[in-house]
Amino acid sequence: MHGYDLIVIGGGPAGLAAALAARAGGLREILIVERDIELGGILNQCIHAGFGLEYFKEELTGPEYAGRFIRLLRETDIEVALDSMVVEITPELLVRVIGRDGERTLAAKSIILATGCRERARGPLGIAGTRPAGVITAGTAQRYVNIEGYMPGKCVVILGSGDVGLIMARRLTLEGAKVLACVEIMPKAGGLPRNIVQCLYDYKIPLYLSHCITEICGEKRVEQVRVARVDENRKPIAGSEFAIACDTVLLSVGLIPENELAQAAGIGIDGENIETATPGVFVCGNALHVHDIVDKVTAEAQRAGAAAAAYVKNGGAS
Amino acid sequence: MFDVCIIGCGIVGAAVAYELSRYDLSVAVIEKENDVATGSTKANSAIIHAGYDPEPGSLMARLNVEGNRLAASFCDSLDVPHMHCGALVLAFSEREAATLAQLLQRGRENGVPDLRILPRDEVLEIEPALSGEVVAALYAPTAMIVDPWQYTLALAETAVRNGCSLHLETAVTGIEPSPLGYLLQTSQGFIETRTLINAAGLYADDIHNMVAPPAFHVQPARGEYWLLDKSEGQRVSRVIFQCPSDAGKGVLVAPTVHGNLIVGPNSAPSEGRNDVSTTAQGLHFVRETARKSVPGLDFSANIRNFSGNRAATEHSDFIITEPRPGFIDLAGIKSPGLSAAPAIAKLAVSMLEKGGLALHEKQNFIDMRKKAPPSGRVVCRCETVTEGELRAALHAPIPPRSVDSVKRRCGAGMGRCQGGFCAPRVVDLLAEHYNCKPTDVLQDGRGSHILVSETKRGLCTDTI
Repeated sequence: MHGYDLIVIGGGPAGLAAALAARAGGLREILIVERDIELGGILNQCIHAGFGLEYFKEELTGPEYAGRFIRLLRETDIEVALDSMVVEITPELLVRVIGRDGERTLAAKSIILATGCRERARGPLGIAGTRPAGVITAGTAQRYVNIEGYMPGKCVVILGSGDVGLIMARRLTLEGAKVLACVEIMPKAGGLPRNIVQCLYDYKIPLYLSHCITEICGEKRVEQVRVARVDENRKPIAGSEFAIACDTVLLSVGLIPENELAQAAGIGIDGENIETATPGVFVCGNALHVHDIVDKVTAEAQRAGAAAAAYVKNGGAS
Repeated sequence: MFDVCIIGCGIVGAAVAYELSRYDLSVAVIEKENDVATGSTKANSAIIHAGYDPEPGSLMARLNVEGNRLAASFCDSLDVPHMHCGALVLAFSEREAATLAQLLQRGRENGVPDLRILPRDEVLEIEPALSGEVVAALYAPTAMIVDPWQYTLALAETAVRNGCSLHLETAVTGIEPSPLGYLLQTSQGFIETRTLINAAGLYADDIHNMVAPPAFHVQPARGEYWLLDKSEGQRVSRVIFQCPSDAGKGVLVAPTVHGNLIVGPNSAPSEGRNDVSTTAQGLHFVRETARKSVPGLDFSANIRNFSGNRAATEHSDFIITEPRPGFIDLAGIKSPGLSAAPAIAKLAVSMLEKGGLALHEKQNFIDMRKKAPPSGRVVCRCETVTEGELRAALHAPIPPRSVDSVKRRCGAGMGRCQGGFCAPRVVDLLAEHYNCKPTDVLQDGRGSHILVSETKRGLCTDTI
């Protein structure tokens, strides 16, 4: 079986920076496995500016930020498998990949998990009511608007004040939708202060702190939500309820590191260190823990790439 | 002109269609929604009960036990995901232990094989996550779990493959006697049939009343559920019941064939037959009641809440009658309806035969089905569903028409992200297949559009 020095799982900002750093550290045979049809990961749909202030000392959009790393990558002979998904890794560092042409198993001397994160969906919130169309996570909405070119709704209530939700409040407003409210269960907003100002206040979108959605109503498509103030235990206060008529509920209620591959293989991740419990397997970016800004993902991924290079060059000792 | 027309394509309608498609007959199934299994069949506990619960001598008792046997063989031949996991009914007091003895007795009268009572230690040994408060349990090894959508789809698809015609999005609005049988007025025009089967589930009384004087009234009872992530899927390996009460079989905790854990249901009145909402109180009740059986359940791993309506009537038993010649009611099919369905179907066919319908077995009846294997790129990350499987579903005898109907067939969107990543690609595939705009693609039933318009697109190239 062909053996790579390093297989990087995920071609977003973490995977790109990790692969480049591993190359700089002296590794020759490197493969990036990316499930989408292009490199860049979630940055491709983040068309707003605000990226790169730390790392590049200038303000870039998401695709621009990714593009700088993709250009650097093209100057190397690092292999890239697009439209390919890793479905299994083993503690013996075997990687099973499904691509357009079917399935193959690859061997590696080291692995970097750079699989990013996913959005928390409606389930964990246990919101009562109906299950109509029009309840959608902020990131999925961002993909529909920025990549596919379609609007997921016209009259929107945002639940949660995570950054993706705030960015989408502005984006949907600019596209002609009415964003009626941003409802946050905590007494303070979840997203960056600059996003609160630039995405909500600048567009006069009301932010309801210490409030929650108690019920989603509507048979086919969302028709309204019921909102209530919550007490210090985050329980709805009786009598504080009011309704907002809308056709869409955008969920921005948290991001979860996507590390099911490691879990299934019994590879421990502590949420802090780039080393996993299995020698030769490293993790970085939002797969390790969710980062506020991409510049910090890059820095962490570079450390992971360097660590993988050192591991392989030491003949399998960290 | 059809020999038999079946109204409703839930599990009962599909099972009857399958059973009739063995014979040289012209058979049609009329379904008002855009897919099969959209009513009670879609949202329930997904269990093929062993049959110790129904009153001995009732239709429910007989058809449940027979249906359980038939289901095991259908699931094998028609490639329906299922698992022979068995069930435990827990007793938490001496009084409940006495109830177990009654259930054991009842089960034996009903002909349920291999029932036995397990002492506390043995129960906790095979299911260590159960509450230490348990004093004994009834063990029913023949209980199964199943995918109810796939089960219905497999039966309906096999019927269609054998010549049955399925009319989706066709609502029956009136029925009149005709010289040869019945004339159905539908939203898609008139349909004439010699005989008629009422398998309309939650609407069975409406259909009955179009033909015969009122005899029963559907009184839907809602059951609410939690569906937990696969991280909780190994918590128990059998269906865990509490002792049944007047309100039903109570809150259960069970693995699903997809590897998740299902917790529910309660029993609450519905505000109308389409009311499948969940309530904070209902979900709270289910959660706290389930913890009595399995204290360690992690509800933060919830991926979906849902509720379904039981098609109950004022009668305690199933209603399987022929109120007019050639018109058969299969009504009040509440639990254990999913379990009993194949036996209900056989009974209905024998009633048609008694009424004079000639049954000649087909020479070339196709009685097997195999789902498409994975191929091509992965569309759904959480459940590892490939584009090849989606395309195969789109070319199957009953192709999906909405994102949720893709989910029900292939599992795409059923996992922990609940379609966050794959929905845009499924929308694309549907738009491409039906040659429509993404804005025409539905989440589920009529009117459930996912996208409302195109974005502004600035100075779009095609206007320059």
